[in-house]
Amino acid sequence: MNTFTAPEIDYVAISPILIVGIAALLSVLAETFLPRFLRRQIQLMLTFFSLIGAFIVLVINHDLRTITVGGAVAIDGPGVVLMGTILLLSLLSAFLMAERSLDSLGDAFAPSASALPGSADEREFSARGYFQTEVWTLFLFAVFGMLVFVVANDLLFMFVALEVMSLPLYLMVGMARRRRLLSQEASLKYFVLGAFSSAFFIFGAGLVYGFAGSISLPVIHDSLASTTSETLLIVIGMAMLLVGLFFKVGAVPFHQWTPDVYQGAPTPITAFMGATVKVAAFGAMMRLLYVAFSGIQWDWEVILWTVAILSMLVGSLIALTQSDVKRMLAYSAVAQSGFILVGVVAASPAGIAAVMFYLIAYGVVTVGTLAVISMVRDSSGEATHLSKWAGLGKKSPVLGAVMVIFMLSLAGIPLTSGFVIKFGVFAAAIAEGDAWLVIAAVIASIIAAFFYVRVIVVMFFSAPNEKTASVAIPSILTTITVAATATATLVLGIIPQPMLDLLSNAGIFIR
Amino acid sequence: MNTYPWLTTIALLPLVGSVIVILTPKHNARLAKTAALAFSLLTLGAVIAMALNFDANSQEAFQFTESYAWIPTFGINFSFGVDGIALVLIALAATLVPVVILGGWDEGLESQGSVKGYFALILVLESLMVGVFAATDVFLFYVFFEAMLIPVYFMIGRYGGPQRSYAAVKFLIYSLVGGLFMLASLIGLYVVSAQITGTGTFDFTTLVGLDIDPDVQKLLFVGFFLAFAIKAPLWPFHTWLPDAAGQAQPGTSVLLIGVLDKVGTFGMIRYCLEIFPAASTFYAPAVISIAVIGIFYGAFVALKQTDLRRLFAYSSISHFGFIALGIFVFTSAGHTGSMVYMVAHGLSTAGLFIVAGYLMARRGGSAQLSSFGGVNKVAPVLAGFFLIAALSSLALPGMVSFIGEFLVLLGAFQQYMWLGAVATVGIVITAAYVLRVYQKSMTGPLNPDCEGMKDLNGREITALAPIALLIIVLGVSPAPLLNVINPAVDRVMTTVGASDPEVTIPILGESVTSEGGSE
Repeated sequence: MNTFTAPEIDYVAISPILIVGIAALLSVLAETFLPRFLRRQIQLMLTFFSLIGAFIVLVINHDLRTITVGGAVAIDGPGVVLMGTILLLSLLSAFLMAERSLDSLGDAFAPSASALPGSADEREFSARGYFQTEVWTLFLFAVFGMLVFVVANDLLFMFVALEVMSLPLYLMVGMARRRRLLSQEASLKYFVLGAFSSAFFIFGAGLVYGFAGSISLPVIHDSLASTTSETLLIVIGMAMLLVGLFFKVGAVPFHQWTPDVYQGAPTPITAFMGATVKVAAFGAMMRLLYVAFSGIQWDWEVILWTVAILSMLVGSLIALTQSDVKRMLAYSAVAQSGFILVGVVAASPAGIAAVMFYLIAYGVVTVGTLAVISMVRDSSGEATHLSKWAGLGKKSPVLGAVMVIFMLSLAGIPLTSGFVIKFGVFAAAIAEGDAWLVIAAVIASIIAAFFYVRVIVVMFFSAPNEKTASVAIPSILTTITVAATATATLVLGIIPQPMLDLLSNAGIFIR
Repeated sequence: MNTYPWLTTIALLPLVGSVIVILTPKHNARLAKTAALAFSLLTLGAVIAMALNFDANSQEAFQFTESYAWIPTFGINFSFGVDGIALVLIALAATLVPVVILGGWDEGLESQGSVKGYFALILVLESLMVGVFAATDVFLFYVFFEAMLIPVYFMIGRYGGPQRSYAAVKFLIYSLVGGLFMLASLIGLYVVSAQITGTGTFDFTTLVGLDIDPDVQKLLFVGFFLAFAIKAPLWPFHTWLPDAAGQAQPGTSVLLIGVLDKVGTFGMIRYCLEIFPAASTFYAPAVISIAVIGIFYGAFVALKQTDLRRLFAYSSISHFGFIALGIFVFTSAGHTGSMVYMVAHGLSTAGLFIVAGYLMARRGGSAQLSSFGGVNKVAPVLAGFFLIAALSSLALPGMVSFIGEFLVLLGAFQQYMWLGAVATVGIVITAAYVLRVYQKSMTGPLNPDCEGMKDLNGREITALAPIALLIIVLGVSPAPLLNVINPAVDRVMTTVGASDPEVTIPILGESVTSEGGSE
């Protein structure tokens, strides 16, 4: 009989993950045992201290490269960069979640998410001025899941991380204070489709295990390298794993949930989800493809090509027709996923660096854009219909200017980070001989530019009317987020070389 | 000698000036204007100093080159350098800026917003104009090309007529669309360079040396050309120009039409022709067609205009047709002619718009032709300057514009006889509308409203005198101008692979028709 040996765990290497995980557990205890009036302060402290602490620890140990926890976790250059990105973007989103000055009713979340919309319970909770704090617990768990997701080195670990990250998100999407039915509908859609795609992922993992006899990514690679037999089983398994990930990044044809979820979710959650889930899912996708499936690159390249072109074109074309800012951003997110896939297809060190830069800069812009959206309000809450943005830039020039920076960046105009990242993935794809893919991407960029520029045109070049929304005065929290994201967008656009160097030094995924 | 960073100095001087202008106290407009004028003159001095160091017979394509790494990963450098063509255009910009500042000294900006803001914007624009002509990295050129939109947008949108906001937006949207197409082509160009050489680059000289597949050239050419045709503007991309010129301050119009629009024609020579020679030859008939249509369209519409500024704008569209014609006939005469024409057009446009500004200031802001009449009886000096600028516009022999127009038509005749013949008819219409304006506004019975109109004062004459002087001096002895332009034109011709038909052109010396040295 085999004796059980505990896997060796390098606690230093995984300390950032542990910090956030422990904070999440403490947060559960706080929610259970603390009196209501203390909870918010404690939860905020837990969140901010754990995120900042984890980031500091990560920076201190940034040179650490190891495979630990019995081969289930790979701490490597890209993993460290992706974890750092997730932590920073989460921190920026957390500022937005903590904001209470924008809405006269308080923060963005329903006082009691479980009370039926319009019920007596709900009215009572509102009347008593309760704030719910469970969202912070969920938030910490989601961040924890993402951190694990980008360094998970076997399929099962990956799946568990995927679920730990997704389940809190499904709930958080349904917690909007205003327009609750819309929010709950979005939550349900996201959950049902998400659960469906998770099923694909685990089924795919099963098929891959059937082929390779292991769930460890390096072992899968080795068995692919040594096999001479039919690889159909593993190709199907790999495709099903990809379906799960395509769903998470909202790539066509698995994008159907994006507009409803982007629109229905509380705006800070849209920011958090829109920015960090992409980082986590693309990080995991690259590790999966490059570490485990590099032997069947020919097979997944075709899939990625198709999905990339579809995402870019469908996302851009449908975004053109949107009249709601959040829905437009959702389709723009679909298109942006396509652009990121162009870099993933490249499958080279330059491609990895380019994709990571894309994820960082795009995440920053996403958080910033949604922070701006959370400030534009009328009497019924956030005013996301584009017609209510008419002349907004004339009413509030500073907010308008910031939005211009974000829109130009999303459109990929030089001197903003958007140009550098698009150019990066294009250049990486060209170097690997994917010229036609890049041509399609350039065409999609031109289409996409029109709807981004349209927001600018509406804000600055149409006259304000009585329907025009006003801009709520934010507290220091949202102000910090907006200032930081706008500055980062410009700095990364004008002097990107330090970041490019940093990312190309991060190296590749270890096996 | 060439180690001093002339071009950076010249690009930065106005920028420093604009910061200083902004920092002047709020209610001392005079100080702001003086500072702006001082910096523009300082810049002009620096340009003259640089031009004196310029070696017209140098074997190098570019002189005063500087290069700093910007984004090495993408092969993007901050590179400056000038050839004869760029030098002449930088000199034109540096000449016109002080003229505009002096001419617009009392344009009554106080009622419309911050006076010092306007002058600061002019200086920012000057800085960007130097950058756009001096850039030898295609990406850097693109950045300057787009960045120029920002100061101009504010100059039109903040200071001008009642419809200024609409005009500014129209200008911006037209330009942005053009810019987007160019950006797409720019990325395409990088892709091609990466495929041919292994490492992508934006360096102009390297890109010219690439042997790009003609079919690819045809695709990429379109993006660049669209951006330039909107900027220049050629018919049918011109509709933003009359609106912008009709609403903007005369000073803004001078810089917009006199220099900025030249970026379009400059871009055609520098980028379209040199990087995409095969595509340029392929598209030449199409471009020549719209150029000739533009010559007549602009001239005919100008005949019917009642607003001085719109009239000058349409006349410019006609002139841009001539310039584009000269560029795309692929003869040295045509190219040299286009270059001279650009300078001449910049000078005569400056003269016309500044005189229009003086007239408007005397007639309560009206630029309607019907507001004037018989002005030469009350303000003979003003009328005299107007006549010089107007005659320069119709290319009277003895003026620099004559040389430009003559050479363009000569180039056209050399290549396509019938085309030259058709285009020549355009001159007649030009003469018709120019003389009509002069006759209606300056001669005839005195319009009662113009009674007691003051003649030009010292400041106003000082602003216009250099323009009039340059128009005539360069018209009588164009040699300094041609000496600088010709080597650059020869280089473009060699790159394009075009050769002149066997005709001797006395005015160009022997350098063009044979291999001998110029002089």
